[in-house]
Amino acid sequence: MFRTFIAGILLGLAVAGAALYYVPAVDQFREHSLIVVQPNGGNSESFHINVPTDRILIGAPAQQNPLPTDLDWPSDEQFANLRSELFKIRNSKDAVVGLGSRLAASHPDSGDIIEWVLHLPARGSVYIAMRTNPSDTGQRIGEMLSGTREFAALRGPVSERWVANTSDSEDASSGRINLLTAFVSTKFEVEEVVE
Amino acid sequence: MKYLLSLVVGMLAGVAIFFAFLYYNPLTTRNTLSPLSVTDNDLISLNYSAVAADSLLYTNDGESQIAPHPAKVLQLWEPSIRNTRAMATVLFDSRSQRVGIGIKFSSDSERTSILNGKMIVDSVWHIYLPGRGSLFVEQSENYWRYLRDIVIPAHWNSGNNWRGIWNGNITDGPGALGTAKVIGGSGNFLGLETEGVESLAAKAYTVEAGPVAMSGELVIELPRPDTAIASDL
Repeated sequence: MFRTFIAGILLGLAVAGAALYYVPAVDQFREHSLIVVQPNGGNSESFHINVPTDRILIGAPAQQNPLPTDLDWPSDEQFANLRSELFKIRNSKDAVVGLGSRLAASHPDSGDIIEWVLHLPARGSVYIAMRTNPSDTGQRIGEMLSGTREFAALRGPVSERWVANTSDSEDASSGRINLLTAFVSTKFEVEEVVE
Repeated sequence: MKYLLSLVVGMLAGVAIFFAFLYYNPLTTRNTLSPLSVTDNDLISLNYSAVAADSLLYTNDGESQIAPHPAKVLQLWEPSIRNTRAMATVLFDSRSQRVGIGIKFSSDSERTSILNGKMIVDSVWHIYLPGRGSLFVEQSENYWRYLRDIVIPAHWNSGNNWRGIWNGNITDGPGALGTAKVIGGSGNFLGLETEGVESLAAKAYTVEAGPVAMSGELVIELPRPDTAIASDL
């Protein structure tokens, strides 16, 4: 019986080790990436935000309608020209795939900025700096400054556009923010130049 | 029958021995000394309260131990973001002056390996410091020591809480020395590429609400201009 007990201990050690090795502790849910491959080897992907349903935060001093409604945003003078927003990000099939932060600020020393960080948990994050002046069509162009994991080796432009909803339905959102990325691998670019 | 019972008891003992080895494994104890503590370069220290109720906004799936704040914030219940937290907080300098706003996204990582003492969270910071510029911080954090030294003892405690003094670096990469990657986006930080380390200082934790007295510090190294020129040469 003692030998059986010892065998049980060894079996328990093996089972616990195997379980921790083979069973993933974290299994992130993945929506299918809806990427369009471009002739130049890059890829484009579109995301959007339904406003106001996907908006998590509007942080700005003297905001008449803060979000969440019980938000206590600092009223310091140094934050007077800063507007912070958090959103849920959707793919082109309208499924939520991540989160995004948008900071818009102006300061005489550090200048005007409009920046995005897109965080897609199963894929990585993207840091984007937009031009502060939109084009005549209302589109704003920006550039990816950095990326993590899946986006680490990618660079390229990003466009932002506000599209107002023209539907008469009472349940319709007021509009959407469209984000279109067009990334090319930096490795690919280097190889192209060498060739 | 008694052999089967003996086998089952032996297996339970084996599983218990395995987890005890994982818990007390000295090889997973990491040095708490920050890699930036020996640098000659200037450092930016950004401090914040790591208690959700002290932040401007904290949200998660709404079913986790830490309650979202404020109460009416939109929760992250969709499958793709269920293992993700978002926080917006005021950042303070080392003299406790308000210097900026930071937004942090944290997601449980599939690189988590309990066997190797790694409870990995992939996180990014989006930071704006008025008058100085904006920063993007990318890091993977390891919460194994935090779990082992605070969370598990709190569950063992008859009062379901932990009190003490705990300091630890949570940044585990992507830098080779366990540092975060920091990118400057605008202002004085435009074009900056450097490293950072985030640490936590905990004093109290409850099983019911999570951390109740805990602060975080994000230290960012500012390379000297002459260093950058020398590396270009």
